[in-house]
Amino acid sequence: MNVVVCVKQIPDPAAPAALDPETKNLSRAGKLILDDSDAYGVEMALQLVDKAGEGEVTLVSMAPNGETSGLRTALAMGAAKAILISDDILAGTDALGTAKVLAAAIKRAEPDLILAATESTDGYTGTTPVQVAELLGLPSVTFAKKVEVDGNSVKVERQTESGYDEVESPLPALVTVTAGVVEPRYPSFKGIMAAKSKPVENLTVADLGLDASQVGVPGARQEIIEVADSDERGSGEVVVDEGDGYERIIQFLEQLKVL
Amino acid sequence: MSIDKIWVLAEVADGKPITASLELISHAKTLASTVEAVAYGEETSAIAGTLGEYGATTVHDVGDLGGALPGVPVAGAIAAAIDAGSGPDAILFPATYDGRDIAGRLSAKIDKPVLTNVVGLVAGDGGLVTQHAIFGGAQTATAHFTGDGPGLFVIRAKSFPAEASGGGPAEVVAAPAPESGASNAAKIVARHVEERTGPKLDEADVVVSGGRGLGEKDNYALIEELANLLHGAAGASRAIVDAGWVPYSHQVGQTGKTVKPTVYVACGISGATQHLVGMKNSKNIVAINKDQDAPIFSVADLGIVGDVHKVLPKLIEALKARS
Repeated sequence: MNVVVCVKQIPDPAAPAALDPETKNLSRAGKLILDDSDAYGVEMALQLVDKAGEGEVTLVSMAPNGETSGLRTALAMGAAKAILISDDILAGTDALGTAKVLAAAIKRAEPDLILAATESTDGYTGTTPVQVAELLGLPSVTFAKKVEVDGNSVKVERQTESGYDEVESPLPALVTVTAGVVEPRYPSFKGIMAAKSKPVENLTVADLGLDASQVGVPGARQEIIEVADSDERGSGEVVVDEGDGYERIIQFLEQLKVL
Repeated sequence: MSIDKIWVLAEVADGKPITASLELISHAKTLASTVEAVAYGEETSAIAGTLGEYGATTVHDVGDLGGALPGVPVAGAIAAAIDAGSGPDAILFPATYDGRDIAGRLSAKIDKPVLTNVVGLVAGDGGLVTQHAIFGGAQTATAHFTGDGPGLFVIRAKSFPAEASGGGPAEVVAAPAPESGASNAAKIVARHVEERTGPKLDEADVVVSGGRGLGEKDNYALIEELANLLHGAAGASRAIVDAGWVPYSHQVGQTGKTVKPTVYVACGISGATQHLVGMKNSKNIVAINKDQDAPIFSVADLGIVGDVHKVLPKLIEALKARS
C-alpha cells in the first residue's frame, strides 16, 4: 500500500512570527521545520504501510527556496521519498492554490491513501486537504482519531461534536488526522543518516502542468487590506501562592456570583 | 460587488439549528436584504421556524444524505443552485467539522477561494471585508476577495451575537444533491455519542482548562473535578491534546474551540498564542501557573503564581465543603 502524506515546512512556532510588511504574507525567510501537526500523519502512514506489509510512504510538500529541512525530519522517521514543489511564483498562494499544486503532485505518486493534518500550525485555514480531495475526485474523511486499512477500504473514527462517527470509505481516499492519534517516533541516528540520501524530487509549477495564474497572488483572488494591533486585554492582580491561593480564587468567584 | 443575498449553512444538532449558525444568520441580516439558509438531514422542516425567527426567509433543503458525510453532497447541492442562477453573493459557514468540509469542497468545485478563521465581517466599498485574529489575537488582519463572487467565508463561533428578530417560518425549498460519484463514497456506518456531564465546552458559563503543567495524564481528573464542582466544562491546551492525554474535542485555542465563558480558569497553561486566541475574550480569566513570567498572566484578571498540584486539591476540597 502506498501512502502520500502532505507535509508542511513552517517557521519554528517557538520563534516569534511576523508578517512581511510589504506583501503582508507570513514571513518564511528563516529555517523551516516540519509542522508538528504533520508528524502524526507521517507516523500513521508508516504504521499502516508496516501493517500492510508492502508499499511505501511518499511525502508531498510545497515550500519556498527548495527548503528540505522539514522533509528530512519526516524522511528520517522512515518515509521513502519526497516530492517538493518550489517555485518563486508560489509566493502568496492561498489554500485553494496550494490544493491545486498538491493535487497535481499527488496524482504522480498514485497513492492508495492520502493523509494530512486537519490544519497547519502557521496558516490554519484547515480547508486545503478537502480541496485536494475534491480536485482529485476522491472521498475524504476529516478529523480522524483512529484509522485502519482493511483490504480496499479505510475505516475511520471521525471526531464529532458529541462523540465520534465510524466512517468507511473505499480506497483511494484522503484522511485528515487530529493530533495525538499516534505517538510520532523520534528519528533514529541511522534514520537521520539514511534520510540524507533519500530521493527528493524537485518540481516547479510548470512541471505540474499548472498555469501560473492559478497560484501565487493572482490565483489567491484575495488580499489583506490592513493589519492592526488589537485592543490589549489588561492583566489584573497577580499573587504568589502562600498556601492560600485557593481562597483568593474562591473570593474572586464569589464576586462574580459564580459561587 | 454589492451584497444583496447571503446564504448561511444551518447545521442541526439535537433537532435544533446550532448556535453558531444562528449567529451567522443574525449577522447576515445586518449585511444583506435577503438571508437564506442551507440545511441537510431529516429535520429541515422542523427547524424552519427557528431559522425564520433569526432572519432566514428561505431554507434550501438538501434532504437526507443517506449516511454520506455532508461535504460532498451539500457542496454539490449549493454548486448546482449557483449554476442554476439562484446563488447568493456570499455564503457563510460556521467553523465546525462539517462546515469546514462543505466550504472546502465547494471552494474547489466552483473554483472560488475561501476565507477562514473569520471573526468579523463588515460591509466595505467593494463587498464584504473580513477580520481575522492573528498572532494569538495580538493583531487583527482585515481582508477581502478581489475576484467575482460568491465569496465563501468560514466564521469562528461566537464572533457575533445570535438575536431572534421575530420573522415567520422560513419557506422550505428542495435543493437536492446531484450525483457525485466516487468522491461521495465515504459513509457513516455508526454514530457514537460520548457521555457528557455538565454543559458543552463552548456554551458553558465556567470553563476549567488544563495544560502541560499538570505533569501527567492522570492529573487531568483534577480539571474535570473542578469543572464539575463549578457546573462548568473541562478544556485543554493543545500541548496535552497532542500528547494524547485528552481528546481533541476538549481543545481550546486556534486549532480548537473558541470559548467566551463568564470565568475561564487556566491551570498549568503557559498561554501560548495558539491557546490565547481561543480564550482571551472570556469575561474573566483566572490563571494558576508556577512560572510568574508565563504569558497567561498578561491576560489574567486573577493570577496565582503557584503549583497546580497544591492549589487545585485545596480549591476542590474547599468547594466540596461548601456544597
